[in-house]
Amino acid sequence: MHMQPTVDTRPVDPIVAPPAEIRISGLEKVYKTERGATHALSDINLEIRKEEFVSLIGRSGCGKTTLLRIMAGLVPPTSGDIEIGGRALWHGESVDSSVIRKLGVVFQDSNLFPWYDIEDNIALPLRLRGVKKAARRARARELAELVGLADFLGNYPRELSGGMRQRAAIARALSDNPELLLMDEPFGALDAMTREKMNLEIQRIALATRATVVFVTHDIDEAVALGDRVVHLTPRPGRIKDIVTVPMDRPRGVEIKQDPGFHELVGNLYASLNEEGDHES
Amino acid sequence: MNRRKLLKVLPWITTPALLIVLFVVWEVTVKALGISTLILPPPSLVFEQLGQTLGEPTTWTNVRVTVTEIVLGFLAGTAAGVLVGVILGKLPLLEASVRPLIIALEVIPKVALIPLFVIWFGFGMTTKVVIAGLLAFFPVMLNVLLGVRSVDRGHRDVMQSINASRWQTFRHLEYKSMMPHVFAGMETAIVLAVIGTIVGEYLGGNEGLGYMVVKTLNELNAPALFAVILMLATVGLIMYFIVTSFKRVAIPWHESVYGRKDVG
Repeated sequence: MHMQPTVDTRPVDPIVAPPAEIRISGLEKVYKTERGATHALSDINLEIRKEEFVSLIGRSGCGKTTLLRIMAGLVPPTSGDIEIGGRALWHGESVDSSVIRKLGVVFQDSNLFPWYDIEDNIALPLRLRGVKKAARRARARELAELVGLADFLGNYPRELSGGMRQRAAIARALSDNPELLLMDEPFGALDAMTREKMNLEIQRIALATRATVVFVTHDIDEAVALGDRVVHLTPRPGRIKDIVTVPMDRPRGVEIKQDPGFHELVGNLYASLNEEGDHES
Repeated sequence: MNRRKLLKVLPWITTPALLIVLFVVWEVTVKALGISTLILPPPSLVFEQLGQTLGEPTTWTNVRVTVTEIVLGFLAGTAAGVLVGVILGKLPLLEASVRPLIIALEVIPKVALIPLFVIWFGFGMTTKVVIAGLLAFFPVMLNVLLGVRSVDRGHRDVMQSINASRWQTFRHLEYKSMMPHVFAGMETAIVLAVIGTIVGEYLGGNEGLGYMVVKTLNELNAPALFAVILMLATVGLIMYFIVTSFKRVAIPWHESVYGRKDVG
């Protein structure tokens, strides 16, 4: 496929939806287990602008995945509020389905359904909305082109490489025009080369779809290379330690990794993460 | 030819070859040692007798009876197995409370119940259908129970994140991921349904291939007995083949169908 030194900024797709604005306030999450309670998230406050790309970074167990899962409507918060586009996502233990519809979620595993081909996998969210077959096909093709899978619509997930499967998962998340794209270490299982390429792709896709993106990763380089801001979470209890603004324009090509400003940001974050000490669980 | 192709083609060559070798060795041994045809008839005699038996119209009536019993028992057992399996899989509390009973029922040698069924349902087809169904029920039920519980967590997350309803989650996820388990159960069930039917016919009634086994035994007609056993084996193989073919059509995406990745 096309490996280029700079990010391709062609307007690929006319997917235009009014971007969301996210407000997280006083968010707490306590997991009750047999051995007592785990304070997974404490006093999380964060505002995310329209079309912003926010990286969430931290050591394992810092609650970054929990935060994302709460934002995705998968796990209810213990207290606090999340507003997306001015509407509360959670009402106690139940989610507002009209808000859920504005989200697209990409997980660490592609989680494609092995019984459907790529076209049906990408279009599954549309199928559940009752979109007609012809319209679904057209949309799946459009998205497959966006993520570089146009020739694989009829293939089954097992016939694709890990990187390609993850592209299909991204296409599925985009199928219903999400205003907010939530990604939980989406490239964590990929090799370094594929990952580099996917980093360029995701920037192009984010700009083309004008989606707001929250991107969880444990890779500092990746977090800085992609994000307008990098939110640093620390564990036990999970709280926001620091929010770093990355002042370079998006999209950013691979050459950003030669930029002294990039190195400084990465170095500072690295030091900051190291301060937490090595109390890995 | 590459290894993968070879692995596919090989059984089609070796199986007939091995059968021919078996029959030749059998024939030669019987002739050389002068074994009585009452104990071990040579294959030539068995095949001659088979030709004769197949020529009799009553044979085909018996085949029809046996096949009907197997199919009805298998279908009833499978349907009940899927239903109970789904219910118990979905309701862990109910499953926990009836589990000891299920294990007890599973361990009971069910063919020991055949005389009871004869008393209740008579010497006709009903008894055989019931025993075949009972034997087919357990493997399907247990596999489905497991299948309902083993839906991939990540797939559930996906359905939840796209706001799927309960019915949609069942239709696009739970049902689909249950199917390989249903077929695994059915493959065992069809074999057991055949066994249940035959044993049922041994013990009661005057129809079916199982009855023909008993009849030829009473006549001490060993070649005919062997011929009927060959017919039974063929019926069993065809039944099994139908189930696995159905599986190939129904779940072509599953690795038990398309073959493991590491082959070839």
